[in-house]
Amino acid sequence: MSSAPTELDESDEAVRVRMVVNGRKVACDVAPRVTLVDCLRGQLELTGTHVGCEMGACGACLVQLDGRAVHACLMFAVQADGARIDTIEGLSESGVIADLQAEFHRRNALQCGFCTPGMLINAHELLSQVSRPSREAIRDALSGNFCRCTGYEAIVDAIAAVAEARAAAAQGRGDSSR
Amino acid sequence: MKARAFSYFRAGTIDEALAAHADAGDDARFIAGGQSLVPALALRLQAPRILIDINHIDELRSVRREGEWLRLGALTRHCEMLTEPLVAEFAPLLRAAAPFVAHPAIRNRGTLGGSVALADPASEFPAMVLALDAEIEIAGPSGRRCVKASDFFIDLFETALAPGELLVAIRVPLFRSNQRIAFDELARRRGDYALVGCGMIATLDRDRIADISIALFSVGNVPTRARSVEAVLVGSSLDAGRIAAAQAALSADLAPADSDDVPAAMRVHLARVLLGRLLGRLGEVR
Repeated sequence: MSSAPTELDESDEAVRVRMVVNGRKVACDVAPRVTLVDCLRGQLELTGTHVGCEMGACGACLVQLDGRAVHACLMFAVQADGARIDTIEGLSESGVIADLQAEFHRRNALQCGFCTPGMLINAHELLSQVSRPSREAIRDALSGNFCRCTGYEAIVDAIAAVAEARAAAAQGRGDSSR
Repeated sequence: MKARAFSYFRAGTIDEALAAHADAGDDARFIAGGQSLVPALALRLQAPRILIDINHIDELRSVRREGEWLRLGALTRHCEMLTEPLVAEFAPLLRAAAPFVAHPAIRNRGTLGGSVALADPASEFPAMVLALDAEIEIAGPSGRRCVKASDFFIDLFETALAPGELLVAIRVPLFRSNQRIAFDELARRRGDYALVGCGMIATLDRDRIADISIALFSVGNVPTRARSVEAVLVGSSLDAGRIAAAQAALSADLAPADSDDVPAAMRVHLARVLLGRLLGRLGEVR
């Protein structure tokens, strides 16, 4: 199939972006208009971060930017130059969310799993800020994460259970830092 | 759902950002948190030739007291409104509004300056800036200027910002011990844009209202002061009769249009309900 030659658009030329992704220094060449989520998935082959609505409504693309949860569809990869990005792959490998993952599994807090990476990243941030959030606070924190399978109840259950377990473990260690 | 091609410039200073904008013949957009701009680019509602990233300009970042004002740099993130002690102490109305702004991950990135510059009539912060009689600091090609919030919001997504001008900071008068605030909104789901929202700050003289400022959002093309309601309340105590009179006066301040899902009459009704609740709360904390 032949196609007409396209006019060269200089602003679409790739620029070098350097990031620390999941603890590893990476460099990739992307056009400025490429979103962070497309860069992570397409160039770095980290497909655990999902592309849902591409407008910040569904929460499927959450990653950590310098330690805070952000929508990877709402920033361009070039903006992340020099930043630290942690995706669901990195958080999984490090083990920091192993208890959340196990509890989601145990309570059937996922069916298709499309929303799960975003749910976990948001839940992880919530529990790092509030040690024992109320169910209402959990629902509030998840208000920007859409799940079309579960009806949320099991997700809230799982997060509440992990919060309880972590608080009990902290108490057992005599840790009153939170 | 992909943005049109643009080139990208990361500005290190305000002057660099302004120069880049001028160089592009103003076919440029400043990007701060990007939580509204990036969707607009993805939907191609906007397609600038160059995106000027202001996230790394340190001058836009600080929250500090300046005399009788709290000065909030344009890059103050929504999440900082919830954690910054100076905001809790000196601008509690902004603190009260912050949990209602979108969702946690949006709040981690979205900025006060971006929200006010966009002037979405359904957004919390533009209306609260109006309620607080804040001043908006602007840098532009011809220097710095300051605009009162009451002169800033002109029409739908239209502000006093001229092309090439950059919102630098918001200054709000320091909260005083004889003042009270109240904020709430009605939305179908948490984090959605409000059907109607309202925030107010009152100055008390014993049990009477010496002064009160009330602003509503999601009620028209711009955030709206309820001046008729304020006039009814000044000099009064917040008894049930006066609250009812205030609610009755609200229709003089609002003229919302019918929308697909919310008839104008319903929006005015909801605004009245919300106003009554908030005035009741102001009365309780006295």
